[in-house]
Amino acid sequence: MTRLLSPALLPPALLPLALLAGLALLPLGLAANPYLLNALITTGILTIGAMSLNLLLGFTGQLSLGHIAFFGIGAYVSALTSLGFDVEIGFGVRVVHEPWPAAFGFLLGVAAAGLCGWLIGRLSFRVRGAYFVIVTISFAEVVRLVALNWVELTQGPLALTGIPALGLGLPGLGSWTLRTKVQNYYLVLAVGTLCYLLIARLVGSRFGRAMRGLKENESLALSVGINATRTLTVAAVISAAMAGAAGSLYAHYLRIIDPDVFLFATTVTMVIMVVGGGKGTLMGPVVGGLVFGLLPVALRPVMAPEAQWIVYGLVLIAILFVMPRGLVPGLAGLIRPRRAAGAPPRPAGDHAGAHAGAHAGAHAGAHPGAHAGARPVEVRS
Amino acid sequence: MDQLLQHLVNTLILGGTYALLGIGLTLIFGIMNVVNFTHGALYTMGAYLMYLAVTALGLGFFLALPAAILGGLVLGAAIEFVLLRPLRGSDIDTTMLVMIGAGIVLQSGTLWVFGGVAKSVPTPFPDAPLHLGPVSVSWLRLFVLGAALALIGLTYGLINRTRLGLAMRATFQDHDTAALMGVNVRLIYTATFAIGSSLAAAAGALLGPVYVVFPQMGGLAELKAFAIVILGGLGNITGAAIGGFILALAEELGAGYISSGYRDAMGFLIIIAVLAFRPTGLFARAERIG
Amino acid sequence: MISSMDSPPSPILSVEHVGVRFGGLVAIADLHFDVQPGEIVSLIGPNGAGKTTAFNVMTGFLRPSQGVVRFRGTALAGLQPHEIVRLGLSRTFQRTSVFPDDSVLDNVLIGLHRRTPARLLDTLLGRDRASERRLRAEARDLLDRVGLTARADEKAGALAYGEQRLVGVALALATEPAMLLLDEPVSGMNASETRVFVGLIRAIRERGVTILLVEHDMPMVMAVSDRIAVLNYGRLIAQGPPEAIRSDPAVIEAYLGQGSAAREAAMRAAQASPAQTSPAPVSAALEASHA
Repeated sequence: MTRLLSPALLPPALLPLALLAGLALLPLGLAANPYLLNALITTGILTIGAMSLNLLLGFTGQLSLGHIAFFGIGAYVSALTSLGFDVEIGFGVRVVHEPWPAAFGFLLGVAAAGLCGWLIGRLSFRVRGAYFVIVTISFAEVVRLVALNWVELTQGPLALTGIPALGLGLPGLGSWTLRTKVQNYYLVLAVGTLCYLLIARLVGSRFGRAMRGLKENESLALSVGINATRTLTVAAVISAAMAGAAGSLYAHYLRIIDPDVFLFATTVTMVIMVVGGGKGTLMGPVVGGLVFGLLPVALRPVMAPEAQWIVYGLVLIAILFVMPRGLVPGLAGLIRPRRAAGAPPRPAGDHAGAHAGAHAGAHAGAHPGAHAGARPVEVRS
Repeated sequence: MDQLLQHLVNTLILGGTYALLGIGLTLIFGIMNVVNFTHGALYTMGAYLMYLAVTALGLGFFLALPAAILGGLVLGAAIEFVLLRPLRGSDIDTTMLVMIGAGIVLQSGTLWVFGGVAKSVPTPFPDAPLHLGPVSVSWLRLFVLGAALALIGLTYGLINRTRLGLAMRATFQDHDTAALMGVNVRLIYTATFAIGSSLAAAAGALLGPVYVVFPQMGGLAELKAFAIVILGGLGNITGAAIGGFILALAEELGAGYISSGYRDAMGFLIIIAVLAFRPTGLFARAERIG
Repeated sequence: MISSMDSPPSPILSVEHVGVRFGGLVAIADLHFDVQPGEIVSLIGPNGAGKTTAFNVMTGFLRPSQGVVRFRGTALAGLQPHEIVRLGLSRTFQRTSVFPDDSVLDNVLIGLHRRTPARLLDTLLGRDRASERRLRAEARDLLDRVGLTARADEKAGALAYGEQRLVGVALALATEPAMLLLDEPVSGMNASETRVFVGLIRAIRERGVTILLVEHDMPMVMAVSDRIAVLNYGRLIAQGPPEAIRSDPAVIEAYLGQGSAAREAAMRAAQASPAQTSPAPVSAALEASHA
């Protein structure tokens, strides 16, 4: 058992490694199928977005429904950095930017998205819950409208075109521009793996414990000295930066972006990936990302796009009803009882709850006053 | 000056339907603690029901409106009964996501059935606008304002003057106590969601003929409804009514004096500003603690 | 105040004319008392007397409408809960004393949050292995102190109620407090668990930690406290050593005013055991008033 094996972080480290190996070998068999390779690349990019969303939704419990804003900002900043621009920002001031290498665009895109994450975090973590959801949606809409209307900078609905492909350069070894699908596939896989490792390290650390503490019992977390605003803001920054990285990959892979990258539907897709796969687990968004990212590929031959979305919506509802914790914990739960059959029954879930309840009840009988002072919300007394 | 007057008149007309949208959403949030992501879809459904009633059923404009509202009522009750009732007691995120799923199904279903081409609803009103001094208003818009105000009044009456309204207010205060006092809380939830949905459908049925009817029209309307509800304070009905008019004013002035492209951004800028400076909404009373 | 005559001049905690109002409701009218370093003080009073509210004010979860709380000379006004913990004032909670979805060991590790440097970069680069190992050892140590070693790998939310309170205490101790506020720590514990817990409180005090507790279990309060402060209707009506409180007429009156059950219990106790020193009428009334 590794130390990542607290129940929230199942499954064991073997599964991610096997999956990584499988994904790394996949192009060998698919090089001749550009359609499927393309689907895998966009799925991979969205999966990175889903992993970043999971950091907020799964590990801090804050639902960001404007996550696409960070993705889109990463895409636009990265594209504009590498394309250059010449705009007037009022009062006769012109800002002229010469094109930079795409790799700088990637870094700036990540930084800009992270900065926006910081702003949104500062603004909204004071209010949380439903408010956080609505602030993030609003933010995404404002950014979309700016992208649509600031035509001088973004070309508006005409889209930014001719975005250069990302290049990789190693001093002394020369540089490569990643133009083919296979190259982009491996780039996305590498960035995805990096994000996965980063998140794994983060949630297994002191910082991750602070996030879990805040999610499980905020008052108690505060009372052991956890700074809620700081913790949640840092989580928002990292999450937004990762979404920005995904957006940048998207822009340099497709080579064209328009304000439609900010569509609410894309956020919903990421949410479905996270919730369907299992929020608050490391593998959840990866499994969910692959399943729901490739679902349209499976559905395309049999139904129209509108009908596909109907299926998407129904699947989301079905998962929440049948497997509310998502595929990964749900399937792990199916496997575990069999594995533990030989071992003495250890309290898990319902069984333990009943046990604790009976216990407390017995004590309440012995101490008639035990629960008399109990109040629904502790800190409000 | 004349331009400003025209903007104010437009504000009044737009604000009435915005208020309807906001009241429906805030009612559902306040009483059920559900962030209703089907609200936009129900707004769309209201518009399509109106279109169907006028064109396919030939009901006539003035009969089609109550029919569309009734359709929203029934659809809302069905959504509550099938999706929300079994989820009572689960956390707000779960219900929110289920509502998102339902919203997707409804919107994509509309797109599938009716196609993406916008429809216009024929109206019996004359095309020539009514001139009132420097401002001009179309008869249709005037009717929309009147109908919206009437529906707002009706909702207020329902909540403040009827037994159902009393039970709703009791449930809003404390659903456990309400249940103890003999209120059928499950029924109240269904009624609340149905009424909230019918208000969204009414807004769609009223604005559909003013603009055009298309499957994605609800998306933006839903986001605006959120803005209105935040502005008024979550769960505050009067706040939502006033918030509807404030949003309409901001949009009219923003479109008139800044840039029409940013008309729709006003609501979101308002949300962000409200949350930065007054997170409980503009009209929140001192919050009750303990 | 009697106790301030012979105690050291600088209290570790002083509550100075604190008042809390929620709208028109007065939760605390005017609370004024000190706790000296190394003391075990109990705050008692009927339900709704304002005890938990007082705790919430002291730990920054509530802003007082008036007055100020000082801890080791520092005014706590305007400080956030996590800032107050850093000053060395820690608390437990009445009902929800654990992080329910984590193991007991992980609970304590979360509790040890303040004990490692806040270097996110080190975490991301994997340079926190040594400090993580140290932290684990410390967590096991703490579990040992509260007697939960055997439960280390169990899910905290699945523990019995009494054991959850112990996790709560371990979490509070993890912050290395100079003073500990315990909110009904033995509710849900049976008699033998309570006895063990009293030992634990004494052991904590032996390490130099000052303790203020709110509790309804009167035998436990009488046994463990150096001094007792009695709250009623948001006001301090008496304070002093247990023996004095036991026979204080104002205290008896406060508890007798609670209702007929309490009154009967007090009278029964008074009639049945006139010569007995314990439980005195107050104790009996206190017990009954919470039934």
